[in-house]
Amino acid sequence: MELKRVVVTGLGALTPIGKTVAEYWQGLSNGVSGAAPITRFNAGKFKTQFACEIKGYNPEDYFEKKEGRKMDYFTQFALIASNEAIADSGILENVNRDRVGVIWGSGIGGLKTFQDESIQFGLGDGTPRYNPFFIPKMIADSSSGNISIKYGFRGPNFVTTSACASSSDSIVAALNYIRLGMADVVVTGGSEAAITESGIGGFNALKAMSERNDDPLTASRPYDKDRDGFVLGEGAGALVLESYEHAKARGAKIYAEVIGGGLSSDAYHITAPDPNGEGVVLVMQNALRDAGITPDQVDYINTHGTSTPLGDGAEVTAIQKVFGEHAYNLNISSTKSMTGHLLGGAGGVEAVAAILAIQNGVVPPTINHFTDDENIDPRLNFTFNEAQKREVNIALSNTFGFGGHNTSVIFKKFTE
Amino acid sequence: MSEIAEKVRAIIIDKLGVEESEVTPEASFTNDLGADSLDTVELIMEFEKEFNVSIPDDQAENIATVGQAISYLEEHAK
Repeated sequence: MELKRVVVTGLGALTPIGKTVAEYWQGLSNGVSGAAPITRFNAGKFKTQFACEIKGYNPEDYFEKKEGRKMDYFTQFALIASNEAIADSGILENVNRDRVGVIWGSGIGGLKTFQDESIQFGLGDGTPRYNPFFIPKMIADSSSGNISIKYGFRGPNFVTTSACASSSDSIVAALNYIRLGMADVVVTGGSEAAITESGIGGFNALKAMSERNDDPLTASRPYDKDRDGFVLGEGAGALVLESYEHAKARGAKIYAEVIGGGLSSDAYHITAPDPNGEGVVLVMQNALRDAGITPDQVDYINTHGTSTPLGDGAEVTAIQKVFGEHAYNLNISSTKSMTGHLLGGAGGVEAVAAILAIQNGVVPPTINHFTDDENIDPRLNFTFNEAQKREVNIALSNTFGFGGHNTSVIFKKFTE
Repeated sequence: MSEIAEKVRAIIIDKLGVEESEVTPEASFTNDLGADSLDTVELIMEFEKEFNVSIPDDQAENIATVGQAISYLEEHAK
């Protein structure tokens, strides 16, 4: 059977550097850092006391009180970004809602909900007083469930969970469901809300996060010699994907085409990246093959680049293996230098960044570069510190998750 | 209005996000105040916590209106 072409017709973003797609792009193109001291809880005793929070987030700006308190932040973020993407796409005007799916990504789900309910139980005398909303708030699929309930979308509906690759996996799943004709439209992307005591404490225990408490703004510094771990972010990125024929029939505006997705696993260690980057080589090769393109056709790679000492190097090694000499022609950047690491939401917001780079002919930078790392080839262009104008025809977005999950998605400037 | 009645009304207003004027003794949680099955379970739990009582399931099923909640709790609250 012939696979359908899949295009992007709507975008949504709720990020630490902007609460709408327009604000997000402004932050990305101006190289804004979203990091600041944690306000959500007293982090005084934690090794890391800063994060990339959504600035001034107040659920009541978006939800009625009764509605909001039944949703963990990760679901609220999912709805906010999806609302923007769905409105942007104009899809509601005339669509068969039985043919619209929601495939969302979240690495954890309602971490704060789980944490707080468990604390309450622990403080009691052993009598269970679990709130009836505890489970529906906590489970990761309450995000896709709530989106479908709000809009009456009765197509395929589920959540992908693969740690920090979660929302690239959801995008690839959405791509394939539409390609196969199982839905005409899929709302996809991902969200995370892990800036809680257990999130910060847990990642600190893994020694995965930056502890640069004296200078949060520059703590996320991918590829810099002095990088010391990732900075936790939160938020959501949403895309409306649609079969080209469906988009064309309704005269939709088209941002880009999704031409391929690749998946692989390191099969190496539950948290450490394979230093040889073999799984990462494989995932980019898989994505290029799926897209039917050669490495030299790629202009921009939005990397996973979390600012960890090991991970950044392994990804660069893999890029050089896959792209050879063409690696020097690429623009490479890690937008996590600005947004922090949204974990299961990363693939969503970074897909939006890659698509906006194609749209605007501007590559967002890797900010916070101070000192070259002698182990990283200086001839590579990491788009350090300032955005660069560049015609981007094809952009590749990488995300990798604890567990060894690797996912790459490829977007292309749309042409008939 | 008794102290218990006032507390019951406050819980209902808070949990169901309704206006004070809607919380009349005859008002049904599900038919008038927009509660679904989970909301009513949560309300019963809040009553149990606030008034330090344990409401058995078979009795909770008979608490469907504001007035029924108030009379049950006036009778059973410690």
